[in-house]
Amino acid sequence: MTSDVVIVGAGIVGAACARALVMAGVDVTVVERSAAASGTSAKGEGNLLVSDKGPGPELELAQYAASLWPELAAELTAELGPGFPSIEYERKGGVVVATTGAGARPLLDFAASQRHAGVDARPLTNDDALRLEPELSPAITAAVHYPEDAQVQPVIATEALLASARTRGARIRIGETVTGPLLGDGGRITGVRTTAGELAAGAVLVAAGPWSGEVSAALGAPLPVRPRRGNVLVTTRMPHRVFHKVYDGDYFGATQSSDAALQTSGVVESTAAGTVLIGSSREQVGFDDRLSVATLREIAAKALRLFPFLAGASVMRSYLGFRPYMPDHLPVIGADHRVPGLWHATGHEGAGIGLSLATARMITAQLLGSPHPIDAARFSPSRASLAPHLTEVAS
Amino acid sequence: MTARLVPPARDPIGPGATRSIEISLDGVPITGVAGQSIAGVVLASGRLAWRRTSVDGRPRGLFCGIGVCFDCIVMVNGERDVRACQRRAADGDVVVSQHDALPEATA
Repeated sequence: MTSDVVIVGAGIVGAACARALVMAGVDVTVVERSAAASGTSAKGEGNLLVSDKGPGPELELAQYAASLWPELAAELTAELGPGFPSIEYERKGGVVVATTGAGARPLLDFAASQRHAGVDARPLTNDDALRLEPELSPAITAAVHYPEDAQVQPVIATEALLASARTRGARIRIGETVTGPLLGDGGRITGVRTTAGELAAGAVLVAAGPWSGEVSAALGAPLPVRPRRGNVLVTTRMPHRVFHKVYDGDYFGATQSSDAALQTSGVVESTAAGTVLIGSSREQVGFDDRLSVATLREIAAKALRLFPFLAGASVMRSYLGFRPYMPDHLPVIGADHRVPGLWHATGHEGAGIGLSLATARMITAQLLGSPHPIDAARFSPSRASLAPHLTEVAS
Repeated sequence: MTARLVPPARDPIGPGATRSIEISLDGVPITGVAGQSIAGVVLASGRLAWRRTSVDGRPRGLFCGIGVCFDCIVMVNGERDVRACQRRAADGDVVVSQHDALPEATA
């Protein structure tokens, strides 16, 4: 049996691509070595953010994605019916604050640059900030409200996208690992070899998150995707006292850093269940998943700068995951220039939940040669900023 | 699921002499045995749920039973978020079920 497209990975990016492709009439098979949404998609906070992105290609992609989510949420509800859990899409808004005198001006300048790029970024007086978030530390030095920031429950969203794709004919193969390519004339990839046999395909799309480095290498076109570990603390349930995603402005610096050493930044938000999620950390330690108390301690201390009341909160558990990090800080979305027939949709770092829908639209349009609103060249694996890193992983 | 209280005389643990205690849950008196957790007393009375979720108002009671999941939290003598499975019931405890409604979105 031959598929038009085989997608490697049933995280949210693979799931979104599967649905977009089948809706465009493409025959799709998804191969997942573990379970749907069992990797990075389950290890974040489900953020759909524009607030943490400066003017540039990633912000454009995020703005495009933000325009797609409300419609998708409504479509999935209508398609899957009341028996399927809600994806919990909520345009809760973000509040970004500075906690130091030196941090105030950069935050306000950053917000001004975002406003020029069309982001709704509203500077707040301290009084306004405390009206939006009454428990926020009054010692903050600046605050900006981003009404466009939103959140979903990422595991349910992934499952819902897959369920929708399946009802339209997509095949989902769980517990099957891709081990190598099937190759045709001119080195063209014509499918994949898996632990369960061979899957022939017109094209192969790698959407394996931080594992895309090893998958792409196994398929003959290695990408420099590396795991960037992050930790989240979860409090016990409490009455809702945090109403937006609230984070320290130095978070943006951490996302854009290339430093492999530990970086932490205060990020606090509550969930519908009443727990509070406290992040964030970034470090490059391979796929080491051992608990790091020092990291959790640093995250907790920074959260208290934002919300002093958390000093009395009980932590119920912590979790960690791996973001797909790209050395030039842009996802890879498009056809591989080295192996004909091979495509990539990966490297979204910590933004993959939100960007998944825009990525899926771009991949679908490119595969079918139809127009779409985002200039794809900047996300191409052949872009100039990625070239030295491709040479590095190929050697 | 049904809950049942093994009569102390037939309890293989052999608890020896037992003493009755009485607590209240949402104003309703419940009789238990000294040494039981609050969850134990409530379950043995036949009530399986004593909390509702914020989003859909679904019933919650004992899930893990070992203090990990925080599903069974109740207010005890004015102190909220007490895990019913971890708190030993004391005679006269006033237990009140909790429900935290979702806040209205402010933007």
